[in-house]
Amino acid sequence: MDFTRRETLALGAGAALMTVLPFRANAAVDDLIAEFTGGAAVADGGVDLTAPEIAENGNTVPITVGAEGATAIMVLAAGNPTPPVATFKFGPMAGAQSASTRIRLAGTQDVVAVAQLADGSFARASKTVKVTIGGCGG
Amino acid sequence: MAASALYGATGFGNWARLAAQQALTQDDLLQFDTFGNVSLIHVTDIHAQLKPIYFREPSINIGVGGNKGAVPHVTGADFRKLYGINDGSPSHYALSSGDFSALAQAYGKVGGMDRVATVVNAIRADRPDALLLDGGDTWHGSYTCYHTQGQDMVNVMNGLRPDAMTFHWEFTLGSERVQELVESLPFAALGQNIFDAEWDEPLPDLFPPYTFFERGGVKIAVIGQAFPYMPIANPRWMFPEYSFGIRDERMQEMVDEVRGQGAELVVCLSHNGFDVDKKMASKVTGIDVILTGHTHDALPEPVLVGDTILIASGSNGKFVSRVDLDVRDGRMMGFRHKLIPIFSDVITPDADMAALIDEQRAPYKAELEEVIGQTDTLLYRRGNFNGSWDDLICDALISEREADIAMSPGVRWGPSLIPGDNITREDIWNVTSMTYGEAYRTEMTGEFIKVILEDVADNIFNPDPYYQQGGDMVRIGGMGYRCDVTKPQGERISNMTLLKTGEAIDPAKTYVVAGWASVNEGTEGPQIWDVVENHIRKLGTVSLEPNNSVEVVGA
Repeated sequence: MDFTRRETLALGAGAALMTVLPFRANAAVDDLIAEFTGGAAVADGGVDLTAPEIAENGNTVPITVGAEGATAIMVLAAGNPTPPVATFKFGPMAGAQSASTRIRLAGTQDVVAVAQLADGSFARASKTVKVTIGGCGG
Repeated sequence: MAASALYGATGFGNWARLAAQQALTQDDLLQFDTFGNVSLIHVTDIHAQLKPIYFREPSINIGVGGNKGAVPHVTGADFRKLYGINDGSPSHYALSSGDFSALAQAYGKVGGMDRVATVVNAIRADRPDALLLDGGDTWHGSYTCYHTQGQDMVNVMNGLRPDAMTFHWEFTLGSERVQELVESLPFAALGQNIFDAEWDEPLPDLFPPYTFFERGGVKIAVIGQAFPYMPIANPRWMFPEYSFGIRDERMQEMVDEVRGQGAELVVCLSHNGFDVDKKMASKVTGIDVILTGHTHDALPEPVLVGDTILIASGSNGKFVSRVDLDVRDGRMMGFRHKLIPIFSDVITPDADMAALIDEQRAPYKAELEEVIGQTDTLLYRRGNFNGSWDDLICDALISEREADIAMSPGVRWGPSLIPGDNITREDIWNVTSMTYGEAYRTEMTGEFIKVILEDVADNIFNPDPYYQQGGDMVRIGGMGYRCDVTKPQGERISNMTLLKTGEAIDPAKTYVVAGWASVNEGTEGPQIWDVVENHIRKLGTVSLEPNNSVEVVGA
């Protein structure tokens, strides 16, 4: 943990938010899910979401989402200022309904994946990804 | 022993009785009725300790969530009661805290890789094809290891002939050196969770996920699991090509893959840390044995999670675990286990290994042995919040670097010294040596200091082990605080007080902070071992007051 004065001040300013709200959440997430599903019920499970428990670098966090037979999967970073990350659409010729990408996370938060399944129903999975200062371990 | 379909026994009861008689011999320590058809020998977290040392186990090791009150989060008298250990016995001295200085005088030093060699050779005399598995944190932690960039440890360990190894601090030698050393190894370097950072793909050529052995007519798969949080707990810029993580889904795939290829016994050689391994064992099915590492716990009996047994073999060369297994019809039917404490005055050093160790140390002998000062106080490190070594290091930082507040990383390595001991240069390096030891001096606001403490506290006290990194709390000099381990991140730390004035830390005010082991690239400052050496030279004799500056709530 070594910081130049400028970095220290910058981190201190950013830290103000962390101090008050170490776990970030954005109220817009429920609305975005409702918009995606058209208000339909969303079951828990049936979606595979792979993400690290603790991000090695919050600026580029590898995630993979998949759901068998899905026609679309929406990914939200529930604590980012702008939660929508991507919506992957799978056509009838798609060999697999799975996608990988890297996302930027503003802090510790849940990553949420909502899938529209082949029968038109919806399912979701979420995982908490921690973004930490690091160091001092071992 | 927990109820299980497995038949299990440990050798622990035997030496507990001998302990009561206060008459321990090498034969007693090694006594083991060979069992089944497979033997595993486990060493881990040696931290480059080639010679016998003192090592005090923690008196504070708090478990949270589902692990509250569960081993290894039981210490001192509670630990002795749990395992039926008599006060004052060798087992008390080896496995628990309390009366350490007096018992250290009575029972002497522990460890020494020449003594470890004697034990390994004796096990191989019983079972010539026993597997020797090294859980990592081997090429880090001493003066000679630093100056040879790990070569001393590679040479000595090659003399022990391990069959496989996994990794953590080794990577702080830097990618290039790690690759060079790994390519030189005459045994497998395993890590199913060591990935290429750019493409997030495995690296099977350098770090295969597993390897097979045919021993005692049994097809054994050993799967490696490196420390998951290296780029977070240690400087990512030193090994930017690599990515880690727990990756338990892939662990399950690897277990299924080796079972599909006919493995009758699946062993995981892990550097996850105990609680992470416990959770992994509950999620991944089909692992028979997890040889745990990282959190430096020494447990005299295996812990069972389902049908998986977890073995914890301590650190710093203080213990060797022997695990005999009965594997029949493609499954593990039973085990016999013994955590063998390496009492260095009881176990005869292996002459060849002793010579090999001395050969590594010879070029540095004068520097290693130089006496810098003496100590009147027991110097140790282990404990969730502080240890006297870190109190001394923080004092050195405040005094030598003219700081208000000092921070020392919550690492768990580093041997102890007992009152009356000389402090040599080697002793100082044993508790400070690393490839990023620069002692920085900077300014931080009170608010930012709290953010750091909250962040580190969550790495220890998050109720979900998968979100823990396995170290201890950052050690603080010059400042007191209260920590409520039951609260969520952001609410654990309170009552931060600047000790020299007794005033509350002002979130808006700026304080001069000195510390070391920054994970940031380009950190500037003198090396911490020089800072500490200068401080001890000025003191002559170290005499520390007990540190009561951290108030712990909810433990």
